[in-house]
Amino acid sequence: MSVTPNALPRPEGELEALRAVWRQPPGWRAVSEVNNGLVGPLFVATALLFFLLAGLLGLVIRAQLAFPGLQIVDAATYNQVFTMHGTVMMFLFAVPAVEAVAVALLPAMLGARELPFPRLGAFSFLIYLVGGLIFYAGIFFGIAPDGGWFMYPPLTGKAYSPGINTDMYLLGIGFIEISAIAGAIELIVGVLRCRAPGMTLGRMPIYGWAILVFGTMVIFAFPAVIVASTLLELERAFDWPFFLPERGGDPLLWQHLFWFFGHPEVYVIFLPAAGMVSMIVPTMARAKLVGHALVVVALVGTGFLSFGLWVHHMYTTGIPPLSLSFFAAAGFAVSIPSGLQVFAWIATFASAPGRIRFHTPALFVLGFLFIFTMGGLTGVMVSVTPFDWQAHDTYFVVAHLHYVLIGGMVFPLFAALYYWAPTVGTALSERLGRTAFWLLFLGTNLTFFPMHISGFLGMPRRIYTYPTGFGLELWNLLSSLGAAMFAAGAAVLLFDVAKNFRMGNQEDPQPNPWDAGTLEWVKGPAYGLRSIPLVSDRYPLWSNPALKREIEAGAHFLPFAATGRREALVTSTAEATPLYIAYVSGPGWWHVLAAVGTAFFFLSLVAPLPIPAVLFGLLALVGFIGWLWTGSDHGPVGPERVDIGGGIVLPTHATGPVTTSWWAMVCLMLVSGTAYACLLGSYLFLWLVNGDGMWPPPGQCVPVAGWGLGALVLYGAAALAMTCVGRWLGDGSGRAHRLALLAAMALLVAGLAADGWALWQGPVRPTLHAYGASAWAIFAWQGFHGAVALLMGGYTLARSLTGRLGGQRRLTLDNTRLFWLYTTGQGSLGLLLLHGFPRLLG
Amino acid sequence: MQGAGLALLLLLLGACSGVQTPLDPMGEQAGRIALISWVLFIGGTVIFLLVMGLLSFALLAPARVRAAMASRRFVIGGGILFPAVTLVVLLAWSLGISRALVLPGAEAPLRIEVIGRQFWWEVRYPDSGEGAVTANEIHLPVGREVELHLSSGDVIHSLWLPNLHGKMDMIPGRVNVQRLRADGPAVLRGQCTEFCGVQHSLMAFWAVAVPEAEFEAWLLRQRTPVAPPATPELAHGMAVFGEAGCGACHTVRGTEWQGRLGPDLSRVGSRLSLAAGVLDNHRGTLAGWIAGAQDIKPGNAMPAYGRTLDGPELLALAAWLESLK
Repeated sequence: MSVTPNALPRPEGELEALRAVWRQPPGWRAVSEVNNGLVGPLFVATALLFFLLAGLLGLVIRAQLAFPGLQIVDAATYNQVFTMHGTVMMFLFAVPAVEAVAVALLPAMLGARELPFPRLGAFSFLIYLVGGLIFYAGIFFGIAPDGGWFMYPPLTGKAYSPGINTDMYLLGIGFIEISAIAGAIELIVGVLRCRAPGMTLGRMPIYGWAILVFGTMVIFAFPAVIVASTLLELERAFDWPFFLPERGGDPLLWQHLFWFFGHPEVYVIFLPAAGMVSMIVPTMARAKLVGHALVVVALVGTGFLSFGLWVHHMYTTGIPPLSLSFFAAAGFAVSIPSGLQVFAWIATFASAPGRIRFHTPALFVLGFLFIFTMGGLTGVMVSVTPFDWQAHDTYFVVAHLHYVLIGGMVFPLFAALYYWAPTVGTALSERLGRTAFWLLFLGTNLTFFPMHISGFLGMPRRIYTYPTGFGLELWNLLSSLGAAMFAAGAAVLLFDVAKNFRMGNQEDPQPNPWDAGTLEWVKGPAYGLRSIPLVSDRYPLWSNPALKREIEAGAHFLPFAATGRREALVTSTAEATPLYIAYVSGPGWWHVLAAVGTAFFFLSLVAPLPIPAVLFGLLALVGFIGWLWTGSDHGPVGPERVDIGGGIVLPTHATGPVTTSWWAMVCLMLVSGTAYACLLGSYLFLWLVNGDGMWPPPGQCVPVAGWGLGALVLYGAAALAMTCVGRWLGDGSGRAHRLALLAAMALLVAGLAADGWALWQGPVRPTLHAYGASAWAIFAWQGFHGAVALLMGGYTLARSLTGRLGGQRRLTLDNTRLFWLYTTGQGSLGLLLLHGFPRLLG
Repeated sequence: MQGAGLALLLLLLGACSGVQTPLDPMGEQAGRIALISWVLFIGGTVIFLLVMGLLSFALLAPARVRAAMASRRFVIGGGILFPAVTLVVLLAWSLGISRALVLPGAEAPLRIEVIGRQFWWEVRYPDSGEGAVTANEIHLPVGREVELHLSSGDVIHSLWLPNLHGKMDMIPGRVNVQRLRADGPAVLRGQCTEFCGVQHSLMAFWAVAVPEAEFEAWLLRQRTPVAPPATPELAHGMAVFGEAGCGACHTVRGTEWQGRLGPDLSRVGSRLSLAAGVLDNHRGTLAGWIAGAQDIKPGNAMPAYGRTLDGPELLALAAWLESLK
């Protein structure tokens, strides 16, 4: 046995103490559990439930289209059915599913006990579960969205969709996006800061990279759809014209915003799945991934390129051909990193020293390669602009997107299910797995291949019926038969899961049935790894066959609960040098309260029931505050420094930029900043559509300069005051910093008031023209941030008054200050645009 | 696998001539796109088979032999160089064709305005004297370039006439222009391809390409005011039209009825279809449509008159409309 940092055997009672700290509350109290070992698998199960629910809607579609002229459901219901099929698959299955798998697997794979913000993870799971189920139930009451999953206005505007169906989408999906963003932030910080010592970025498993790129893309892509939904909801509820051409709006604004999110979304779904494949292929081949660095570059490159592709969905909108050719080139470029990964997997298979094992996970990976390659090739076809003019919005595109998404995401997900089930619970059946695979594989091809043909025989998508005599009958019947076959496969798979899968019911030590090389195969029940190893290459279990036994015996770092609480080892970003031992939250009820409040707040808004909405909003607020008050910023607890083994002594408390909470706040600011950039972009886009002469339009003016200047000065002063709070925190009685905090709050309120007054006095009105609507939308966003900042200020003051804020215990203030500086900076930028830009035009 | 692919291809080739398919081009623009399509289909198939062949080789060949593929060089060659070269060539070639498709074409093309409405098409010929208006049917002269000016009266629609060109969206507040040409006489079907509401599925139209002289005669006919009814039955029908208030939404050229909400009915009897491609057009379907518009196409703007008009009235009205040729 090699030299290990901690001596064996471990002292009596150490393991028991560790277990006690991480023990799951018994019985129904498990609802309050936040550990990724429980939340992750439940998250995956919920995603699979939505796959089933959305799949059933797909079967309704295929039943209706099996023969020409069938009317199993009427036109209005059919439109809800296909809208919900797409919406639920994209927002309630695909994105949550990849996030769920990451929550379940990532910590162990990185050699971490837990993700940095377990309660945030549990919160985002709960709002997804509650909100998603209620959203889905809309279909049974005829109030489900019916405008297609990309919801183009003006069809979805108040005039043509007066019902609440559209509001269900805008508010329901909008808040599920918040869940996705919260999860992404947790995963990003987890990947960057919670890896085992020595696991440099270069040694991190590919899956970690995939999740890092995934999370970053979520941060930069999802705000666009939140902004789009918010603008459309403002138009519907308050008549602010963003998309109505008769008042200066433009329907294309929606399409730009939506697809700026929508195209990256495809890669948001695909990249984590590709990451899973990059983990499974080496194990099945018993060979290291060929071209590891190239695959990393491919993942990062895809992430960047995917943001330059949104116009692909708008080739037929009449955009000038010069810009189209730019996007066509970008579309070709993005296919290269995907092709590169396919070749890396082929090369890895080729490098297998012995025979390749065709177990169920391998079969699903091969099915993925077949289906995804085909979807990728049709993807290149639809990037060719003239080809797309014909293929766009036909069944050819339906075929393409299902090949890409089923191939690129569903098959890897099922491979992952069969591959990783033993790390989470019990293994699945090999025999049932094979049956499921063949039914699903043949079913997918039988359903979707004929759609290429029906599309080119002239069948548009989103039609509830089609006439005889155009040669469509055979291909549609084949598709419907294939759908039945696919459904049978899904049923076998779910049966297998129900029959054979049992959570956490695993032996100790946990088995490694595929003889894999990465750390998730030494995962313990709840606390992750018993001890955390020093990682020195990409496949630690292969390079040191004794490692698994050593880790499980507790011979490596931190084999105990140092402060008697749940904790994680936080390391540096690039080199993974251990920095400090961070507290991570355990079970609690506040986040449950916050989740229930949030979900019902949004649903009451849809109804619309203003009073329950206010009540649930307050409930959520109480939940959030209780969660923060009791669960964060404890200051130093227990021993100040702890020897984690091998002579490495770490502090148990940290403040400032080294902390995970600082990183999460930076991520949040990126989210807000992206959304704000989308709003500023909308303002400028609408100017471009209207022309200089209409900016401002007759009857509207530029905001009043004097008030604007005042607001600018006040924002600056508020930022300065908040900086002083930080400076004076450790001094004396605390009077100084409290006064500075109060001053900062007063200055911010005054700044916001002056900012809004400058617009109103302009006059600039939100309902008359897109000019005013977009200006007020920018201000509303700022006002919302101001309100949150003030809430945080008040909370900080309360912490200070109750003696919970000081020189060491200052995470609350550090976060408030960051958000404060962001808000004042954002407001200043908005002032410059709203006041400066129209004046520049003259 | 290859045999099945070939059989499929043959089936597809057999199926691809029709009245609504890009693969049976009837004009220059659709012809160029069809060429691109076939190049892409065949090229895509070849590359797909190649990749699957390599994969099978990597999985099944003896370890000694396949080891040659297990290198970064293979990944770079197959995953970067090969696609980069192929795609650059494809890009250059396809951009050339796109350019040819959007360059200004012949001088003085025939201008036709098409306005998408929930769930039908208004078609206007603005350059012919006082202009002609029809619905759900685009007549065009063979061999002459046509410029379609596409706009919308309500939500976004998209006009797709695949045998002549790709689709182009009709967006409120904008006018998109598409040039196309029919190279021979044909009756082609087109359809709305942007989801536009409850009856998006039943929003089709016919395009009728006829020789220039025949087209001019047709256009002249469209512009001519309708003649007074020739028989008492037709006169009865015309009276029913007025009493039922049809003129509030429909125009009949040469009468007092100048409604703009529904299709212009001046020459409705001469059209190929009713209700935007839903029904064949004759006296029976006319009466049926007027009586049961909400059963045939639920949610469209035409009310059902089955209760307000009795049998003889419906038949007389249908007879008069049928006579408007």
